[in-house]
Amino acid sequence: MSFDNAYEAITEENDARWAFGTGFEDPLSGVDTSVPRGVDGDDLAAYCLMLGDDALIMSHRLQEWCTNAPELEDEVALANIGLDLLGQARLLLTRAGKADGSDRDEDSHAFFRDEREFRNVRLVEVENSDFAYSIARLLISVTWRLSLLQRLTTSADPVLAAIAAKGVKEVTYHRDYAAQWAVRLGDGTEYSRQRMQAGLDAVWPLVGELFELHPVEARLVEAGVAVDPGGLREEFDAVLAQVLSAATLTLPEVAPRGGVAGKRGRDGVHTEAMGFILAELQSIPRAHPEATW
Amino acid sequence: MVSILLDARAVAETVTDPELPMLTLADLGVLREVTESEGAVVVTITPTYTGCPAMDTMRDDLVRELHAAGYHDVDVRTVLHPAWSTDWITDAGRRKLAEAGIAPPGSAPKRAAGPIPLTLGPPVRRVRCPRCDSPDTDEISRFSATACKALRRCRACSEPFEHFKEF
Repeated sequence: MSFDNAYEAITEENDARWAFGTGFEDPLSGVDTSVPRGVDGDDLAAYCLMLGDDALIMSHRLQEWCTNAPELEDEVALANIGLDLLGQARLLLTRAGKADGSDRDEDSHAFFRDEREFRNVRLVEVENSDFAYSIARLLISVTWRLSLLQRLTTSADPVLAAIAAKGVKEVTYHRDYAAQWAVRLGDGTEYSRQRMQAGLDAVWPLVGELFELHPVEARLVEAGVAVDPGGLREEFDAVLAQVLSAATLTLPEVAPRGGVAGKRGRDGVHTEAMGFILAELQSIPRAHPEATW
Repeated sequence: MVSILLDARAVAETVTDPELPMLTLADLGVLREVTESEGAVVVTITPTYTGCPAMDTMRDDLVRELHAAGYHDVDVRTVLHPAWSTDWITDAGRRKLAEAGIAPPGSAPKRAAGPIPLTLGPPVRRVRCPRCDSPDTDEISRFSATACKALRRCRACSEPFEHFKEF
């Protein structure tokens, strides 16, 4: 397709290239989304929202580095990692709406749920501070996610298994990126090491939550659909040890951040940061729910 | 009717990737299957990267081109499994990438069972410069203008170039 000018290109009719409210189609179009026998559809939907919300909110935090990253190459890298995670979120949020029979689509899940309905771990929602902190958070988040997705490739739900298999390839690149930056900063100057260690220490209280088993996960582990996050800890610790050793950093010794009456991100109980993310993410579609552009 | 089946496939094969317009969907290996029955065409494609925004455009372009060729009943379906790999880019596709100044991918990594190894050092893979063919090139960034490419620089001719990374 060719255009005489840029304006003509963006005003083309039936253009599916633009986001919310235009022609973005069901990313699971044509995929068999029936729920496997013996699996509770509501539980499967809740689990897809957990993994999908982790990806959606992490993607949002990565996108905040656009125009703010220390180097142009890293802006591009962080945006690409965010885009991969957004793609995973699209599939998972769509899968959720098929699993519970509501047929609720990805946009409805992303834009029209309230804070208490989001199931992401709190690690992905806390605000970015400096680059080292963001790298520490990304390293932890994707190291954990890679272990999780790799185990999910044998899920009894073939849709989750296929989403996970694609995700493994992507997140392998993400983990290398974050780990290489952690080493560059940690094993860099005395000042960069200090900043990287401070970032790691600041984010560490939210690590424990990643390995806690939610009742929905427990039921789906029984059904062969979900991964028990507790079983990821050993590999996670081994990978982190490898990175921290190369980076001359030390494993933080800080107390985990508690929840509210025992409730955490997976229960829909979030930190103060979550409302601000959702305000930014949701305000336009909520103000103009029928808008297309 | 075999002749019509071949025609529908031939039409689908001419559709190009919106971000890599030198490649057809067949070159890229995302076109899994084209079937035709009583005038209804079902095209099956597979996403490259899950977040790749080009997928939506590919679907629309397939529908538009098949409509233009006289097929009015067109259904484009997605299949996620097995996951797309750069090994599926055809030899013709690799040649076209190189001609456009994009170094084609080497073999995709083979995963053994067990934990996925971490890569902390620079990649050992040697990538030849698509301009001067020198093997003396460096990776600047693993991520470039699209998710599927890395940014590199040739130390022999000093030109920057993109590399379709192994996936």
